Amino acid sequence: MSAPTIPRTPLVSRVARAMPMPAGAGLARMLVERNVRSFRHGWIALVTGFAEPVFYLFSLGIGIGALVKTVTTDSGMVVTYPQFVAPALLAASAMNGAVMDSTFNLFFKLKYAKLYDAVLATPMGPRDIAVGEVAWSLIRGGLYSAAFLVVAVLAGAVRSWWALLALPAGVLIGFAFAAVGMFATTFMRSWVDFDYITLAIQPMFLFSATFFPLATYPEALQWFVRATPLYHGVALERALMLGDVGWGVLGHVAYLLVLGLFGVVGAARRLEKLLLS
Amino acid sequence: MTQATTHEPPPTGARAAHGIRQPMSALERVLAAFGYHLAVYRRTWRGSVVTRVLSPVLFLLSMGIGLGALVDDRAGGIDGVPYLHFVVPAIVVTQTLWVAWGESSYQVLGYIKWNMNYHAQLATPLGVRDVLAGHWLAVALHLVMSTTVFMAIAALFGGFDSWWAVLCLPIAVLTGLAFSTPLFAFTATQEGDNGFNIVYRWIITPLMLFSGTFFPIDQLPGWMQPVAWVTPLWHGVSAARAVSVGDVSWLPFVGHLLVLVGYAAGGAWLARRAFARRLLP
Amino acid sequence: MPDTDDILLSARGLTKTFGEFTAVDGIDFAVRRGECFGFLGPNGAGKSSTMRMVGCVSPVTGGELRLFGLDPATDGPAIRARLGNCPQRDTLDEELSVEENLWIYGRYFGLSRKEVKERAAELLDFAQLTERAKDKVEPLSGGMKRRLTIARSLINAPEILLLDEPTTGLDPQARHVLWDRLFRLKRSGVTLVLTTHYMDEAEQLCDRLVVMDHGRIVAEGSPRQLIDDYSTREVLELRFDAEDHGAYADKVAGIGERVEVLPDRLLLYADNGDEASAQVHARGVEPLSSLVRRSTLEDVFLHLTGRTLVD
Repeated sequence: MSAPTIPRTPLVSRVARAMPMPAGAGLARMLVERNVRSFRHGWIALVTGFAEPVFYLFSLGIGIGALVKTVTTDSGMVVTYPQFVAPALLAASAMNGAVMDSTFNLFFKLKYAKLYDAVLATPMGPRDIAVGEVAWSLIRGGLYSAAFLVVAVLAGAVRSWWALLALPAGVLIGFAFAAVGMFATTFMRSWVDFDYITLAIQPMFLFSATFFPLATYPEALQWFVRATPLYHGVALERALMLGDVGWGVLGHVAYLLVLGLFGVVGAARRLEKLLLS
Repeated sequence: MTQATTHEPPPTGARAAHGIRQPMSALERVLAAFGYHLAVYRRTWRGSVVTRVLSPVLFLLSMGIGLGALVDDRAGGIDGVPYLHFVVPAIVVTQTLWVAWGESSYQVLGYIKWNMNYHAQLATPLGVRDVLAGHWLAVALHLVMSTTVFMAIAALFGGFDSWWAVLCLPIAVLTGLAFSTPLFAFTATQEGDNGFNIVYRWIITPLMLFSGTFFPIDQLPGWMQPVAWVTPLWHGVSAARAVSVGDVSWLPFVGHLLVLVGYAAGGAWLARRAFARRLLP
Repeated sequence: MPDTDDILLSARGLTKTFGEFTAVDGIDFAVRRGECFGFLGPNGAGKSSTMRMVGCVSPVTGGELRLFGLDPATDGPAIRARLGNCPQRDTLDEELSVEENLWIYGRYFGLSRKEVKERAAELLDFAQLTERAKDKVEPLSGGMKRRLTIARSLINAPEILLLDEPTTGLDPQARHVLWDRLFRLKRSGVTLVLTTHYMDEAEQLCDRLVVMDHGRIVAEGSPRQLIDDYSTREVLELRFDAEDHGAYADKVAGIGERVEVLPDRLLLYADNGDEASAQVHARGVEPLSSLVRRSTLEDVFLHLTGRTLVD
């Protein structure tokens, strides 16, 4: 056998190399390949992950929708309740999926399966792991978002062609939360610590103008909600799916991008410390 | 269990001595199993207490008060009842679903498979029935505690209409057990945790969403309503809502309770069979 | 020393510390192409820390380490591309099947899918796992998992194979199967570097070994040479009906070259064990049992450190 040849590096890895992160070999996509294979054995979980937001959409969309008829959004648009809640559910499920993947699953691989010990014995480095895991999380999140969008269109919850951009927006939300979740996971000592993640995720799910407009809150609370990441995800998706697009959308995008980059760099550094001691 | 032997039983209090012992009574055996869970809980309650208490309170604030403002504004409440009063008794019952889930899924599989706690108990005079009854006593204790705390907080937010609402506590605990016992039976058939994911996503979450917790089920399409009728959660929610609004019609009320008892008893029977098969093959 | 071109792996003053604790305390060694080189020592001697540094998954604290003439600090990925690494604990991917474990691991080295599949088929055959190719990893026996881990570490056709405690936790039969596979590898030209705390494993497999204790190398040589240098040809083991075997040490003093006292027996080192046994009896000392055997690396270790290897 000849010595293994390292293939040409694709753009993604070249970008990754330019970031202030520890070593890798530009092989992050191999880890994605590994996850795809592993998922073929558990495809049913993939289908399952998609179900949750659909259930919420049908339950609250129909049930609450019949009660309240219309909602006035924070930008003054009058829409039906399913139209109001669908973008929020898309954002929330992008967050949930990304966080599940990058926290529970990552912790399991790190602590119990010792998966990365095996990976690091090969030319792959900590950066490949961080980039590979986040990339996988995005692919999965993208699939969920796409499926949910189709359902939302069928349910009449989409009002504009801007909604095409709701898919990349969902991936961006997933990226931000996956990266930060991964960073947080590198500090976890045991499963008990995951309560903190639930403590962060659940309030965001319930209070980020998900089920009722921001205007319901007193002024001070509104500012607090505006500072949290899911709010920006919800607002971004809502603008796109309702076709209510203004320059403010870029602010939401910037918030999520910065959060995600911060998470990836932090996670790669922490992983290096944890795995290469 | 082997009961009285032909030998003269020694005087009580001699159990630590060599030789034949006084057989344990059924109650003693159940309490012995319960004692284990109590000892564990005394060490671990701090870990779960925050999420256990906080989670339903967050739902109360978000759904009851936030969404409630929207519903009351647009629809004038539900059948004349403010949305908060409509949703609070339902959350009281629904949170038992989460507690029962937490106590009857991963936890139980852990005892079966990973730390072999049940095997250890069954190597003593305890039988499957004692082990299960002891564990369910512990689950009931969890249910009582979490429900009490939540109800106290909900009352502070003015979530209840009438003093009859106190009856929500036993109804909620019964509903929790109606979930717990079938879940034990299911868990005993599981090898890994894959099945849990599916049950949570396909049963627990839809139950919460389609059993009349957040809106009356007559808002659902006609074909979905009978589905709600067979779920224990709808019966629990309906019974709790009746007592809390102070509007109980006795026949349906007793019917709801009977269904819940039926689920708990049927689940217990299945669980006992599944445990015997799994642990004493 | 042979031609330096032949040295694949060398260390000078190699040190590893974790905070205050020094796991590896300035060791020197060199491994030549094609040999089987062993680190023998008890748990905690610093073998695994050394192996992790050699495997380029743990930064060197001090000293110099070179593999293929490269420095792990700067050329980690390039070095790992030419190494096979079989860690102490199996790190198999339990979510994947047996053959998928090999495929995916090969992909981590950047091998093409085609290459990986061909190579995996050969390796499954080598590891006697062809029939289990499609199975899940979890139900495999300990010996099978171990062989799969080794097969996996060979996917990139490594020049050096690192084996950290390769047979710890296996039953005797599985160990022999594994040793056989390792022999074949060595014959095919792979350089083996292994750690062990089993003296029989070291004797069976190693051309050359170093004995480690408390992070230092206390002796170096071939198994035969070490036994010749640090022990006698034979050993007489004596057991007495006593709590403290030390009390009998005086009674047999002067017979053979030296006496070692263990909690459950006395070891009398002599070139002729039967002769020594006769002398013991002649002194009127009556052991419960006496046994004559040849010296092993265990005796070398005992002599060098005053402790046993497995405790």
